[in-house]
Amino acid sequence: MIPASFEYTAPSTVDEAVRALADAGEDAKVLGGGQSLLPVLRMRLAAPTALIDLGKIDEMRGVREDGDSLVIGAMTTHYDVQRDSLVAEHAALLARATDTVADPQVRHRGTFGGSIAHADSAGDLLAPVLALDAEMVVAGANGRRTVPASEFFVDYFTTAMDPSEILVEVRVPKHSGWHAHYEKFNRVAQAWSIVAVGAAVRVENTSIAEAKVGLTNMAATPVRARAVEEALVGQPATPDSIRAAAAHAAEGTSPTSDGNADVEYRQHLARTLTGRAINTAVSA
Amino acid sequence: MRISVTVDGTTYTDDVEPRLLLVHYLRERLGKTGTVVGCDTSNCGACTVHLDGHSVKSCSVLAVQADGSEITTIEGLARDGQLHPLQEAFHDRHALQCGFCTPGMIMQSLDLLADNPAPDEQAVRHGLEGNLCRCTGYQNIVSAVQDAAQKMSPGAGPEVERVGDEMSGRHQARTPATSSGGE
Ligand SMILES: Cc1cc2nc3c(=O)[nH]c(=O)nc-3n(C[C@H](O)[C@H](O)[C@H](O)COP(=O)(O)OP(=O)(O)OC[C@H]3O[C@@H](n4cnc5c(N)ncnc54)[C@H](O)[C@@H]3O)c2cc1C
Ligand code: FES
Ligand code: FES
Repeated sequence: MIPASFEYTAPSTVDEAVRALADAGEDAKVLGGGQSLLPVLRMRLAAPTALIDLGKIDEMRGVREDGDSLVIGAMTTHYDVQRDSLVAEHAALLARATDTVADPQVRHRGTFGGSIAHADSAGDLLAPVLALDAEMVVAGANGRRTVPASEFFVDYFTTAMDPSEILVEVRVPKHSGWHAHYEKFNRVAQAWSIVAVGAAVRVENTSIAEAKVGLTNMAATPVRARAVEEALVGQPATPDSIRAAAAHAAEGTSPTSDGNADVEYRQHLARTLTGRAINTAVSA
Repeated sequence: MRISVTVDGTTYTDDVEPRLLLVHYLRERLGKTGTVVGCDTSNCGACTVHLDGHSVKSCSVLAVQADGSEITTIEGLARDGQLHPLQEAFHDRHALQCGFCTPGMIMQSLDLLADNPAPDEQAVRHGLEGNLCRCTGYQNIVSAVQDAAQKMSPGAGPEVERVGDEMSGRHQARTPATSSGGE
């Protein structure tokens, strides 16, 4: 189908974009990579009156270092995140999760920030961003503010951002030398996660010194598997102790039942995939 | 809104509505009906073209977003009546039945081979994840891509060398074959 008519602007700075969004009124939307928004417009599930395209804003693209943090521009494509050497070195979990997003064509256009702003509970970048204690830098009419991931995701497709705000960049504390893996369970022709688990662990000698585990699609928002993290610390990085810790993975989750999986099966997947994610991470 | 794009080596300038999808611009304005639409959900990949050297689903890009870009469609692959080695391999290996998915399959295969010139079976299947075929069961598509990879490998003969343009051109604008321009 063909989208309904809308006004289109492509500003070249964040300030211009914020102003354009305010001027365009409440039925305006920002356009990131368009890989979720354009299908929605095509199916006429939404009909915004104006699109503010962020694609021409250079300052929103790319990855840089800032002290102990990596700063990932919201308009950095999935393809560029996958290949970025800073991400590989300091936030490998994000690269491993991005590898599993959609397909090559969608990864060429879809963006890191668009995925996070979209906040689909099955989206693969939310749990890793939460696990790595990232912060979202958001711009609005009153300037910029920073929202920690733990407060950013509010509900299905709902974030702490106001519709008049733009996600500019994501600050990720460096996790240099951590082992990471993203383990995803999905149907072949549909890339979306039924359940997935992102794990990052710091190993000292042969023991686990620190662990961060995030769960995808185990609630309306991404979930930290705190009980697993606590059970792992101080344990030897062996399959047995990892499996024992992973048994806590479904604690504190509230998954839905749908055509792909019911609640119990999702809880089972969370435990199994957590074990696999951590085992693969430590043996990498 | 006025846009200017280079498609298969020819530059076009047109006034378009912002809501016009790139695939409809290619098909309905430029008559490039080799690129097809197979779904409403951005899943099937039949509409795959290259935008500045990277594969995209042209049903999920606005024509206005492509302003200033270089686009290659399935119609830009053959030169001087000679099929591209991937087109030839799809023909030789019976990699199509109804053929509806084929333009997208070939454009995505070209993108895959640019990243990985000698993919194993798993890599081909993974690289074609975003392209659905309702007919073939994929087996012959995989062998066609591997066949083409072999024929396109360095030293495979002068007739496939021009593929090097597409490969090396992925991070730079491709030189248009012609630049007569306009409709
Ligand atoms: C076939 C297919 C399969 C997919 N499979 C997966 C998958 O397996 N895993 C996965 O995680 N994702 C998947 N996706 C989604 C993909 O990752 C998208 O790239 C992503 O969801 C949205 O990013 P985008 O840049 O395309 O955003 P858009 O589509 O442009 O925008 C999405 C929403 O976010 C808003 N938005 C975008 N950028 C910003 C910003 N900077 N500030 C504020 N708001 C913003 C828009 O207004 C819109 O509401 C799939 C998509 C397709 C088409
Ligand atoms: S027409 Fe199906 S993905 Fe574009
Ligand atoms: S040959 Fe018919 S869809 Fe692939």
